[in-house]
Amino acid sequence: MRSTDPSSAVTSSADPSAAAPSPAGARRRGGPRPPWMLVVPAAVAAVFAVLPLGYLAVRSLERGPGYAWDIVADERTFSLLGRSLGLAAVVVAACLVLGISLAWLTVRTALPGARAWSVLATLPLAVPSYVAAFAWLSAAPGLAGFTGSALALTLVSFPYVHLPVAAALRGIDPAQEEASRSLGHGPVRTFLRVTLPQLRPAAAGGALLVALYVLSDFGAVSLMRYDTFTRAIHTSYRASFDRTPAAALSVVLVVMTVALVAAEVRTRGRAGHARTGTGTARRAAPVALGRLRVAALAWCGAVTAAAVVFPLGTLGYWLAVGNSATWDPAGLLDTAVATLSVAAAGAALTTMLALPVGVIAARYRGRAAHLLEQAAYAGHALPGITVALALVFFSVRYAYPLYQQLPLLVGAYAVLFLPVAVAATRAAVLQSPPVLEEVARSLGRSPARVLRDVTVPLAAPGVAAGAALTFVVCMKELPATLLLRPTGMDTLATRLWTETGTGSYAAAAPYAAALILLAAVPSYLLGKHRT
Amino acid sequence: MRRPLVRRLTALAAAAIFLPAAAACGSGDSTGESGAKGGTSPLVIYSGRQQALVKPLLAKLEKAVGAKVQVRYGDSAELSAQLLDEGDRTKAALFFSQDAGALGALSKEKRLAKLPQATLDKVAPAYRSANGDWTGVSGRARVIAYHPDKTPEVPGSVRDLVEPEWKGKVGYAPTNASFQAFVTGMRILDGDDATRTWLKGLKANGAKAYAHNIAVLDAVESGEVSVGLVNHYYWYERVAEKGADKVKAKLHFPRGGDPGALVNVAGVGVLKGSGESEQARKAVEFLLSKEAQTYFAEDTKEYPLAAGVTSSVKDLPSLDSLDSPKIDLARLDSLRDTLAMLQDVGMV
Repeated sequence: MRSTDPSSAVTSSADPSAAAPSPAGARRRGGPRPPWMLVVPAAVAAVFAVLPLGYLAVRSLERGPGYAWDIVADERTFSLLGRSLGLAAVVVAACLVLGISLAWLTVRTALPGARAWSVLATLPLAVPSYVAAFAWLSAAPGLAGFTGSALALTLVSFPYVHLPVAAALRGIDPAQEEASRSLGHGPVRTFLRVTLPQLRPAAAGGALLVALYVLSDFGAVSLMRYDTFTRAIHTSYRASFDRTPAAALSVVLVVMTVALVAAEVRTRGRAGHARTGTGTARRAAPVALGRLRVAALAWCGAVTAAAVVFPLGTLGYWLAVGNSATWDPAGLLDTAVATLSVAAAGAALTTMLALPVGVIAARYRGRAAHLLEQAAYAGHALPGITVALALVFFSVRYAYPLYQQLPLLVGAYAVLFLPVAVAATRAAVLQSPPVLEEVARSLGRSPARVLRDVTVPLAAPGVAAGAALTFVVCMKELPATLLLRPTGMDTLATRLWTETGTGSYAAAAPYAAALILLAAVPSYLLGKHRT
Repeated sequence: MRRPLVRRLTALAAAAIFLPAAAACGSGDSTGESGAKGGTSPLVIYSGRQQALVKPLLAKLEKAVGAKVQVRYGDSAELSAQLLDEGDRTKAALFFSQDAGALGALSKEKRLAKLPQATLDKVAPAYRSANGDWTGVSGRARVIAYHPDKTPEVPGSVRDLVEPEWKGKVGYAPTNASFQAFVTGMRILDGDDATRTWLKGLKANGAKAYAHNIAVLDAVESGEVSVGLVNHYYWYERVAEKGADKVKAKLHFPRGGDPGALVNVAGVGVLKGSGESEQARKAVEFLLSKEAQTYFAEDTKEYPLAAGVTSSVKDLPSLDSLDSPKIDLARLDSLRDTLAMLQDVGMV
């Protein structure tokens, strides 16, 4: 199997067959240049995605390069860099342990209730980082700082590792492990020497997503009062009326992200697992856990309890202690409907924009195709606040009728989450055999017909799974929503944020609970999809 | 296994396309209805004050002004930064700030329109802008909350809290805007160096940081800390909620112009370029009316600021009787330097 690029983690999560031997040659096939009907919309999507980078350039240089440099070269910048990277490293390590162990236990062992555990391990996707932080903080205020931030971020982001690793485990041909066992290696040694190396691309992709997520997270670190880069950008924006520092710091964050992505590409590049033939697609015999069964169950139970049951329980507690004054069902319903609507619109637009980019990325090569794909990933490097500031800047100046209107908010979601949808589309297209398209073309179908009749229908399940994931992340998005939502509109995320900001846990709880329950539906489907 | 899933996900995707369309109609109605009503466009208010606190008041304001009101809730500093970004194209007509500093920042950039003198005259000069472009509508005093059993002697000044006798016994909320305004006040009164030294001393003395004022008050109440730096109204709200005999903590209003007794205001300013200034001015009038001022006194337990209205809250010392520091509240706009200092000492 070949895992692909940064966000392939999401894709494999989104599609079970991502781990199946994909038509390895598909990308290298090259073939014809992409048709204009794909290039034009893909270019529109790409321009859209790099807009915030243009803003950063304009803003950070508007008072001269010297001024921007002074901010970037400040001692504090380095300390923030260290803090952010340190937090990311710890969270990534913890996510790898949680994600891989749960994936192995649920896919490869005779763990009782393996499928249920597998779905439960997906559900933390529905818990926004700031809700996890708020739950832990309200139970143990002493956690504030590094420990609390690392804990909250780990518990909400380990599914990014768990999903692709579980998919990869399912796709690995068990023959190699059997060979290892037959050579006298024990299960542990076999896992470490044979299985784990094959999981490296999937785990690295997931780890990269976790790292990017930690770097751009604002909610959890804010509540935990742990100063990271994103929080500093936010503070700088919030308290000063000079936007240059926020922009200059964002540039550093972008550079850091690019470096991380490059590092992941290198890891992946050396992780080749060549083999002859495709092997037989069969399931590995489940490993009997023996006496370790209880320990394995306890481990799964503990992780689920900490990541899902605990935040829900805390919300339940706050709901119970909240008095009637904080209970506003009509407001909650309005907010829930508004949230579902903007998230759905965000997912729809993002998926539409991602479709041509994903098809090009999967089926064509060359500099243009590569550039388009890279551009689509630009948004991943940016925290929501920066994307929001960029859109405020452009809309106030050049598109005022759009300012603080729904379309702009939906556009922000598209910029932020385009990579998620592109990766899903790309993987889905890669898995459908290109030969079917060639046959259609040879029968005289136009490129448009091929796309409509062959490529899209074949890729539909993967694309839909990508849309579902986009939907979840749109629902949870906070900083861009705060800035760009139309006046008078609230989402569950913004409402619960303003309430926790003033410490009204009981008032925030209904919004947090509604958000988790609604986001759990697509998360659950994603989890189930793979089993 | 795969088939039904595909169908479900396709249904989700279809919903994703149709829901927004439906929502667009829905939201079009809610914003459009005001436009339809006699052709008056809505009065847009940016509120740095919390929805739960002022929503009922703004509903009354809507009636009094006779225009549909649309409110954008957020953080005061953040909203004022956004207003500066929007410049004269802003849709906001009125800025309702939790703090004088954010209004001072807008005033400095000449974004606020001058208010009628008759309106300004209702409020004592100390609680409004010297240029006459914003006014406070309610007052909020910084106080020291203390646990009587754990505090044999009430600290006379916040400056004392760095002394060894208060080691590990002080609670505060460093990310809270009111705390930050208080630190800004201290910088104005004592200078940057002294303030930095005090902050470092407070931290070194093991003062405990909490997420917000309510948590600080909780900690005092439970005896986790002996004293806490909060705003006065949290305590009065709690007394109103639970009864005076059930609240263990007591309040001390420092005297002698102590920075710990700073009286800040929540206030309003009318934005230039909104085209709604008439309605916005009416809204300011309303916020200084007896009805609104009584609301602040009774519902949020703040100090009413308009002449002729006094708080009816039991045991609340009158605003005149507080011996608070005399500083120009507009100068609290240097929040940025305060934040830099708080970051520097590692508090936020």
